[in-house]
Amino acid sequence: MHIDIKQPILQKNDQLAAELRQRFADNGVFVLDLLASPGSGKTSTILATIDALRDEFNIAVIEGDIASSVDAERIKAQGTPAVQINTGGACHLESAMIKRAVDVLDLERLDLIIIENVGNLVCPTDFDLGENAKVTILSVPEGDDKPLKYPGIFQCAQAVVLNKIDTMPVFNFDNEAFVESVRALNPTAPIFPLSATTGQWVPAWIDWLADQVRSVQKGI
Amino acid sequence: MHELGIMTGVMEAVETSARQAGATGVTRVTLSVGEMTEAIEDALQFAFEVLREQNELCSDAELQVNMVKPRSRCLECGAEFEHDRFHRFCPECDSFATELLCGRELQIDSIEVDIPDEEDAKE
Repeated sequence: MHIDIKQPILQKNDQLAAELRQRFADNGVFVLDLLASPGSGKTSTILATIDALRDEFNIAVIEGDIASSVDAERIKAQGTPAVQINTGGACHLESAMIKRAVDVLDLERLDLIIIENVGNLVCPTDFDLGENAKVTILSVPEGDDKPLKYPGIFQCAQAVVLNKIDTMPVFNFDNEAFVESVRALNPTAPIFPLSATTGQWVPAWIDWLADQVRSVQKGI
Repeated sequence: MHELGIMTGVMEAVETSARQAGATGVTRVTLSVGEMTEAIEDALQFAFEVLREQNELCSDAELQVNMVKPRSRCLECGAEFEHDRFHRFCPECDSFATELLCGRELQIDSIEVDIPDEEDAKE
């Protein structure tokens, strides 16, 4: 006998993500899912972002790592609430993990939640976490060819950050080729070259993010 | 990527549907997988073969994966076009403003099952 199922494989994850999205909207919280490989500067970018926006917005961070609480400690040291999720080997975050983390945060008080996904350019792509935007960070030392090798992660992003721009003279990074391949994959996403640790060109990224957060606040 | 995790979810859903239908065995599982997802057909097959060994209901099942080619629509000129994973701009007017119509599917389409009543009826 033939049985039609027509059910999304990630249905459980997607349903929970939709519930989370509604909860975030009800509380006027903008949720950012940061995707990148290990060592690209996700935590440094988050620290620079918190530093620039802490006066205007109440921010919390959800840290996803396979193990350790090193990142959450770095964030907490700056006085920002941070929840560490240890995936225990899983290569990406799922919405059930986000729900557990969100349950311990004071959503009503918050304007912006930054989720630092597990360092990985493949797996987090297909998992909806209920976020408002996925943003992909690539760092200069990783090379300009990464959009060609990992198209999914650049396609799903609402914006792309090119970090460690200060190391451009040391590495053989073809910026034109990088921009061209990102454009072909994802024509509408803005690209923000910056250096999170020196602060160079960080303001353009901050302006974009602040606009996104404000537009969600207006919604409630 | 995490084909084993994906396939574990598939097996759970298949088993639930098959049991609801009163099936004694599953003979075929059909999935639609968009080429723009990070799921790889060979790895899905491998995960399926591993998992069905531990699954009484599905031990004789075959997996059919229908890969879905990405299609987009141009928001400027309205043209609809097929494309590869890397190029989404409109081939008609070169616009970058396009929306993806399909190619990100990860779906269980259908299953084929043995139902005892059917076999009795045949006899």
